[in-house]
Amino acid sequence: MNFILDPWPWYIAGPLIGLMVPVLLIAGNKAFGISSSFRHICAACVPANIPFFTYDWKKESWNLVFALGIIIGGFIAVNFMSNGQPVDLNPHTIATLQERGITDFSGLLPGDIFNWHNLFTLKGLFFFAIGGFLVGFGTRYAGGCTSGHAIMGISTLQWPSVIATISFMVGGFIMANLILPFILKIV
Amino acid sequence: MKLFKYLVFGIIFGIILIKSQVMSWFRIQEMFRLESFHMYGVIGSAIAVGMISVLLIKKFNIKTISGEPIIIPKKVFSKGNIYGGLIFGLGWGITGACPGPLYAQIGGGYTVAIVTILFAISGTWVYGRYKNKLPH
Repeated sequence: MNFILDPWPWYIAGPLIGLMVPVLLIAGNKAFGISSSFRHICAACVPANIPFFTYDWKKESWNLVFALGIIIGGFIAVNFMSNGQPVDLNPHTIATLQERGITDFSGLLPGDIFNWHNLFTLKGLFFFAIGGFLVGFGTRYAGGCTSGHAIMGISTLQWPSVIATISFMVGGFIMANLILPFILKIV
Repeated sequence: MKLFKYLVFGIIFGIILIKSQVMSWFRIQEMFRLESFHMYGVIGSAIAVGMISVLLIKKFNIKTISGEPIIIPKKVFSKGNIYGGLIFGLGWGITGACPGPLYAQIGGGYTVAIVTILFAISGTWVYGRYKNKLPH
């Protein structure tokens, strides 16, 4: 395996992600979590006198810098650390998605959905607008996302995070298996 | 300059999200269809390493680099963990991304994820606006 160019197996990537927890704690008592960045952006840009957004977001600016880093890291990895091969998916997944109308399996995301041409189409409405809204609304209502609850919360043995993570998974199963097939039919 | 280290950590995390394909919409579909162990392995081993690290921090009373005691914020249960969790799960299943991967997608060339993030920010704003009216 070429470590630089080939994708990393779960047993390398997972532990590296897990190490973000102690690294951020030791670096400056920061709790691993990404969805808070959406709240800080609200607080910085459109607080509108809403109590939930009137706090000193500058104190949390590390979180926004971290998010900016993720964008840069994504750029570096795709442009300089990729073998350009399609994702090595289970053939059943590919077959099912093909039946439902997905045609482009060459990238990390289906290019036939995730491109700017779909912005003002039904695809854009479901995959960008509604999907994005649910992610932002749901994570804040739940008090965290996969990083804040599933990884940081469960790592620190907090049972509300276990409940939140189970709820994430249930929501995902319902969407991927029951609702998404219908959405892919109509878009 | 104090913030620079978080930029570096973010870059590393972004690279991991791409190299592990965790930010791939396909991988998320595969996970929710129970057709691959990959995502479960990533999340499970991340939790295991996080848990062991936190236990070691507590056992050896490790301090931050500036010498402060480490504080782990307590998560307080609310019904929002369930309702919000389900709502986020629905969003995760369609966008194929949780918040970290959304940022990684932008850098990875799927720049339309900017739109998804703008809607995620608006979702967070609507939650903040109507927080008091929602069951918690």
